[in-house]
Amino acid sequence: MPLVKGGKIATDVFVHVADDAEIPGDGGILISAGRFLGDAEALSGRAGKTGVIWPNNRDIDDLVPWLDRLAFVALVFPSFRDGRAYSQARVLRERHGYRGELRATGQVLRDQFVFMLRAGFDAFQVNKEADAEAFAATVKRYSVFYQPTGDGRITALHRRMQLRHSESAGP
Amino acid sequence: MTSPLQQKIKITGPSVITANRTWDGIVIWRTAAKGWTTELSDAAIVRTADEARALLAESVADDVGAIGAYIAPVDLKDSDKITPGNLREHIRSAGVTIDLPVSA
Amino acid sequence: MYAYDELDRTIINERVEEFRDQVKRRLSGELSEDEFKMLRLQNGVYLQLHAYMFRVAIPYGTLSSEQLRRLAHVARKYDRGYGHFTTRQNIQFNWIKLAELPDALADLADVGIHAMQTSGNNTRNVTSDQWAGVAPGEIEDPRIWSELLRQYTTLHPEFSFLPRKFKFAITASDHDRAAIKVHDIGLRLYKNAAGETGFEVLVGGGLGRTPFIGKTIKPFVHGHDLLSYVEAILRVYNQYGRRDNIYKARIKILVHELGIEKFAREVEEEWLQMRDSALAIDDAVIEDIRSRFSYPAYEKLPHMPDELKKAAHDPHFEAWRKNATFPHKVPGYAIAVLSLKPVGGPPGDATADQMDAIADLADKYSFGEIRVGHEQNLALPHVARRDLPALWKALDKIGAATPNVNLVTDIIACPGLDYCSLANARSIPIAQELTRRFANHDTANLIGRLHINISGCINACGHHHVGHIGILGVEKNGEEFYQITIGGRADEKAEVGTLIGPAVPYGDVADVIEDIVEAYLALRARPDELFVDAVKRLGVEPFRERVYATR
Repeated sequence: MPLVKGGKIATDVFVHVADDAEIPGDGGILISAGRFLGDAEALSGRAGKTGVIWPNNRDIDDLVPWLDRLAFVALVFPSFRDGRAYSQARVLRERHGYRGELRATGQVLRDQFVFMLRAGFDAFQVNKEADAEAFAATVKRYSVFYQPTGDGRITALHRRMQLRHSESAGP
Repeated sequence: MTSPLQQKIKITGPSVITANRTWDGIVIWRTAAKGWTTELSDAAIVRTADEARALLAESVADDVGAIGAYIAPVDLKDSDKITPGNLREHIRSAGVTIDLPVSA
Repeated sequence: MYAYDELDRTIINERVEEFRDQVKRRLSGELSEDEFKMLRLQNGVYLQLHAYMFRVAIPYGTLSSEQLRRLAHVARKYDRGYGHFTTRQNIQFNWIKLAELPDALADLADVGIHAMQTSGNNTRNVTSDQWAGVAPGEIEDPRIWSELLRQYTTLHPEFSFLPRKFKFAITASDHDRAAIKVHDIGLRLYKNAAGETGFEVLVGGGLGRTPFIGKTIKPFVHGHDLLSYVEAILRVYNQYGRRDNIYKARIKILVHELGIEKFAREVEEEWLQMRDSALAIDDAVIEDIRSRFSYPAYEKLPHMPDELKKAAHDPHFEAWRKNATFPHKVPGYAIAVLSLKPVGGPPGDATADQMDAIADLADKYSFGEIRVGHEQNLALPHVARRDLPALWKALDKIGAATPNVNLVTDIIACPGLDYCSLANARSIPIAQELTRRFANHDTANLIGRLHINISGCINACGHHHVGHIGILGVEKNGEEFYQITIGGRADEKAEVGTLIGPAVPYGDVADVIEDIVEAYLALRARPDELFVDAVKRLGVEPFRERVYATR
């Protein structure tokens, strides 16, 4: 499955290590939340970088103490219909100020890219090759947004206020 | 969501496979020639659970052409005339039971 | 009327183009039905028995004449020449082709109408009092806030894949015409002791398989905090609402399982962390939205103009005036309700020709504005009382002047098994038969206010739980049967009706309803004791006895 990062298809340098497999001494790894929290101190201190897959039914606050020692956080969409990870993403970004990579995994389809970006995801483990290729075009579909989220896009409400001010400030 | 193929198949009499056509949504039935028809009289009849399962599998496989395929009962009282086996299927094949607000 | 600006129009147009691309990918096979289903639902497209059904939003029930004409155009060009107004300020078309839907949406987008989030597990069309802005005694126009919520909920990046659908309703009057107590979030606008505008927030109301009356989660949320508080509720629901069982996924079940106190604490904790976020609304934003609602330039007109005095001699006109026109906040004006419940007709249906005619009448008599109510009727909200006789004549010609508003034949009904793939039994023919039984206007007037609601299945689109008489279609051994409840109501005293006994077959329903009505006429304390009040006083027993004594 292709990884899209920074708006482009990228190579995933992290190795997914199963819960019962041995953890390599160096190199980037991706491990489950349970395994990480079981030995967080040691795992976050190892030579290689570590990413954690956080399930969508576990309180994201449990991960907060470790955020600055992680290479990335992968949130999960078990089905594209299950939107819990959107909330987790926004809480991580907007409440806990997480600035590292936030990766969408699971059933990640083209038609959810804009929502995911707006919720704070910046990396996408995309299901279909064609969707990954369409990333750049897809995220340009919308130019106006109603809700304020942590992605910094200006909302329609505030654009209107700006337009008003610039009108009233004009000659 | 459970795929119709994973559901237990039980039929109590002659049945057909029906669905709606993807591009316009109209009611269609599966034919014996691996196609679809808008005439119930041209539908393939299945009489056993195995036959029904096979025809349903073939129907569901045509995801581009049809949506929501399922098994529907029919009556064959007049030996060669197929009629819908319940009210829902009667309404699907003959239309609403009320006058439309505008004449067609 | 709210005027969409360039930004609103841009979003709608971008949505249409996105859906056009999605339909193209579906028809080419690039998208499977499994993947496409949620996308089409988010654009109001269901698959029903005969065809696709297309549900278009009429936010807070306000339409311009131009918009109504465009709905007529869609009915004619893409459908079979009629549409069905629903209980949530939407209109449905029953025969639309998927391949033509993007064009239909584009035609609607031209006049600022959309179908976004009229189905799917997201925040649905925000509904409000259909008399907003014109009802006497209203605290303020709730549509300002409805529009704010409409914008906030449209394409929300966090809440487009909720456990289940989510519905808002707002009222700003003492008498609740928006059924806020049976919504996921119900908002009652009022001013607190300090004179600040805010809301009593109710949560967890809803009908369907497990009906609940909404509970107050917070007695006063300041208007400035409305969006942050709503976001806190939605976030708690998104995280903890059940996703394992579709019948237990609505917020009402979460509220019920946690208890309102615990749920309220979760929401409060979440809210306190974000109430001062970018969601805090300042007065300038509210004023900006308010400024884009335009109100008619009312004239100073007499309450009893000559035209009205003269027409009072016509008993048909008087019957209509007394039944279907209501006080307006401005002297000399009236609200005229257009019944879409003619005797023998499908409740809530209007033909394209009727829609065009009503749009013309709105231009002539109602400042170009039409309202849509959850009772599946329309209203012209600003009619000069001197124009009522002329309006009545014109409405009568197009079959929209039946004087049965709020009476026994003003039946709310879902499409039922004639159209709907979820239905177990038919609704429309039951409604039609009942309107014929009670066709005599004097009888209906004698009976007085009586709401009959019919649903063709447990999903309760006809709101049968909150009908004074509720009729629910069920299936028994392949036959249509109907359960009858009485004593429900949807207003500020909302209550779920009580089942009176075993379900009755299709052919008996009208007789049973007649029995219930006769029992009421015999038992009521005074002629002005409403049916629903009589049931409250007497309980269901006398009605049960009457119905089942001979069955």
